[in-house]
This record gives sequence, structure tokens and C-alpha cells, in this order.
Amino acid sequence: MLTGLTADAITAGYDPAHPVLTDFTLTVPPGRTVGLAGPSGSGKSTLARVLALLHAPFTGAVHLDGAPVTAYRHRAPRRQRTCIGVLFQQPRLSVDPRMTLRTAIAEPLRANGRPADVVDELADRVMLTPELLTRRPHEVSDGQLQRACLARALALGPAYLICDEMTTMLDASTTAALVTVIRDYQRRTGAGVLAISHDAVLLRHWADEVVTLPGAATS
Amino acid sequence: MVTELVLDHLSVRFSLPGATVAAVNDVSLRVRPGECVALVGESGCGKTVLANALLGFLPGNAQTSGTAALTGDGPPLDLLTAPDAVLAATVRGRRIGLIPQSPASHLTPVRTARAQLEEAVRVHHPEGTATRDHAHRLAARAGLVPDDLDRYPHELSGGMAQRVANALALVGDPWLLIADEPTTGLDRHLVDGLIGEFRRMVADGRAVLLITHDLAAAQRVADRIAVMYAGRVVEAGPADRVLDAPRHPYSAGLVNALPDRAFTPIPGLPPLLTDLPPGCAFAPRCDRAAPVCAARPALADDRHAVACHLPC
Repeated sequence: MLTGLTADAITAGYDPAHPVLTDFTLTVPPGRTVGLAGPSGSGKSTLARVLALLHAPFTGAVHLDGAPVTAYRHRAPRRQRTCIGVLFQQPRLSVDPRMTLRTAIAEPLRANGRPADVVDELADRVMLTPELLTRRPHEVSDGQLQRACLARALALGPAYLICDEMTTMLDASTTAALVTVIRDYQRRTGAGVLAISHDAVLLRHWADEVVTLPGAATS
Repeated sequence: MVTELVLDHLSVRFSLPGATVAAVNDVSLRVRPGECVALVGESGCGKTVLANALLGFLPGNAQTSGTAALTGDGPPLDLLTAPDAVLAATVRGRRIGLIPQSPASHLTPVRTARAQLEEAVRVHHPEGTATRDHAHRLAARAGLVPDDLDRYPHELSGGMAQRVANALALVGDPWLLIADEPTTGLDRHLVDGLIGEFRRMVADGRAVLLITHDLAAAQRVADRIAVMYAGRVVEAGPADRVLDAPRHPYSAGLVNALPDRAFTPIPGLPPLLTDLPPGCAFAPRCDRAAPVCAARPALADDRHAVACHLPC
């Protein structure tokens, strides 16, 4: 049953003595967009990594549609891993520079043994022309590369999408275009979205509700 | 002599095997002391290439045409044709300062902020004796206390690294500062601090050329905004006019895409800089396009100028 992607009382970070997040609970319900705001160092990206199953919390648990997540990173069960799509801030650091955009978008399909014939439809959805698909990352703009990253994130039809500062590098029009693509996808599939940004104006207009993390404790 | 930077039909092209990238096309723009001019455009529209052209940082395969005349505070100079030795010895840091995109990675990681700031002071003011006091004055002006300077770049917060970079840019007392995407990835309060610093620089009689994709940031700091599309300036005018009553359909689309406006994207994608249409580069995405748009519109010489045959 779809009950959402939940971080349940998690404490997480990189040093158990100084966790970045303490006893934090948040649910991304299906079909909804939850905005997450907060200053640098408040744990936004750490939470994104935990909910994307890329980083194990020290304590607490992540529940994916009611099922507890028991393993993270490559040990996470494929069924759970492929349920969650992620978009990062820097598209340049998120795409193998040797791949053409077509190969990059097809990568999750190939890794899961699924046919790559949906790449053209995915590219069309994020408005990348066939000519752009033949290019490598250094031959396209940040906006075009982030469009490819969104197509890649949607390739496996995830039930949840985590956008970690997805629009920082983008101009207003590309931001609006990508948010529109994500909303259309949500309407069709009922996916839940976690939108992380330091842009309060953007979150107010994009998200159904906004959660603000308090600033890092000053030591 | 008037102190100003005047770009006149500045173009930059890159030769690649089998293609020519027209990164900057016929840009004419004037920057004077006491104003902040924002050059706004999406990634890949040529803004950073333009900044690099002004600082003499273009790679060897670039060809330029037009002029970028720098006057005041030294002999008149065309930045495009001046030899690198002249740019290094008299322009960079002295007449034009650079505010970098990522201050933390702009600083040398193995030396303290103090070592870098005092070195810059010694280079720019070799006759001075009180190097340390001079560095402290610059640091205080940028909002740092002397103890902050004893840190290494990795020990500085983002805001402090930004202040060190600002202090470094002002060591040589340039009248013009070029800031290339300085707000990208910064928190709201850091953006506010930086914008406040830009306004102080302008109030001191300096000029700031702010290069950004962030229309909201430009709106908060700029006196004038120039909107760039596919290597060309399509609209230039007072900031409030350009944002509240844009005349070029592309500017209007950008303003409409802001989340607190219509939040709707401009349809289509920008053209390839290797394959620009002969007429208006925006026509394929423009709902006002007409046969007249097959001819390239010139930027009118006007206080609120627009390069469009059928302006809004």
C-alpha cells in the first residue's frame, strides 16, 4: 500500500558524536510535494541522502510504503532502490562525462535489464531534442544537462522523487519547465516529491507544504 | 576623461573542428562608476565568455571583434587587443576586480586568508610599510575581524570565504568589479550580505557588472539590467522597467517564469550557438514572431532599449 516515504525519528550524519540531524521525522506522502528549507549545514542534503537510501542513519528508520528499509546504498534491495529517484544540485557532477545524454538517460534502464526504447519518450517529456541526445555533457548547458538528469531520474518510473537543490544552477524559465514536468509526472503517477531548496519563494509556489530545518547548532 | 567601460559590437567566436561557436554576438553595453549593471541570461548564453573576454581569459581558439574600451584611472585601453602583460600589470585587480563564483575554491587552500590578503597588499602597494594594518583595514571593511584572517580556506564558512574574496578584489582599488554568478548556491542570508556589499561598492563610486542567471538577485541589486539571449543583448534598461514592463518577448517570458509570477516556462529550447538563425534568435520560440523577424533586429540606442521588431 502506498503510505509514503517516511524518515522515522532518524539521527544521521557523518560523526556519531555530532549528528547533523537528531530524532527527525518527515513523511513524503504519495501525490504530494513536500518542500524542505533551511540554511546551509542544517541537514537538508543529509536527509535527502538518507531518504534516497544512499546514507544509513545512526538510529531511527526509513519506511518505504510501510516496509522498513533494512539496508542502504548498494545493499538496499533493488525493488526499494528503484522506487526512489534523485536529482542533485550539480548536473555536471552527476553525469559520467564520457556518456552521451542518450546513454546517460538509458543507464538506469540498462542496469535493471529493461528495454531502452522509452528514452525518446523520456527525452521528449523533458524537451530535449534528438540532436541534443547525441551530445556529451560538456557540449550542453547546465539547464540541458539537468533536463537529462530529470529524464534519467524518471526512467524507472519512481514512486518518489527527491530533488536536492535541483534548480540552483538554472535560470527562471528552465526552473519553471522542470517543475512543470515533475508536476505532470505526479499527476499521472501519483508520485510523492521532496523538494529541497534554500529558495523560499520557489518552495512556497511549488510545494504543498514546507518544512523548515532549524539552523545548525552554533558551537 | 570619463571613467567608463564601453563595449561596442563585441563578438567572440570559438573555432572547433567542423564548427564555429558564436558565443557573444554584437554586444554593446556601457558601464559607469556608481551603478550596478546586471547581465542576465540562462546558462550557455555567453555571459561568462563575455566576462572572460573583458579580463583577457579567453582560450587560444577564440576570435574577437569589436572593442571593449576602458577609460579613466589609467590610459585608455581596448581590453580585447591589449597584450596579456599589460592586462596583468595594469588592469586585473587594479582597474577591474573579479569577484569569483566559488570563493572557497578561488582561495589557495594551503595558505591562510591573511597570507593571501597581505601578499595582495604587498603586490599592489609595494611602497607601503604597514602591510598588516592595511590588510586589517580591508578585512574590516569586508566585515571580517583580524582573527578570521588566520584561518585556512577550509576553516572559513561560505560567508567568510566570500568576504575574503571581496577584500582581495578591493586591494588594488579597482573602479569596476566583475562578479560572475556570485550568488549561485549561497543561502538567502549570504545572498543578502553580498547584495549589501555590492550596494556599498556602488555607493563608494565603483561600478559592479553582475553576471547572473538569477533574475530575482538582479532585481534586488541592479540599477540597470541587460538581458542576454543566444549571445546577444536583447533588452537593456533600468532594472524596474525591464522587470515590470519588459519589452522583449524573451525578457517577458523570463519574468513570467519566476515562481511568484506565472511560474510558466518559455516554450522550446535556446538555439545552438553553432547554428544561430540569421534573423532574431528568439523567433522560433516566440508567439509574436512574424515574417519581419527573419531579419536580425538591432538593439535600439535608447534608455530602455530592445532588439525586437515587434516589442511588447
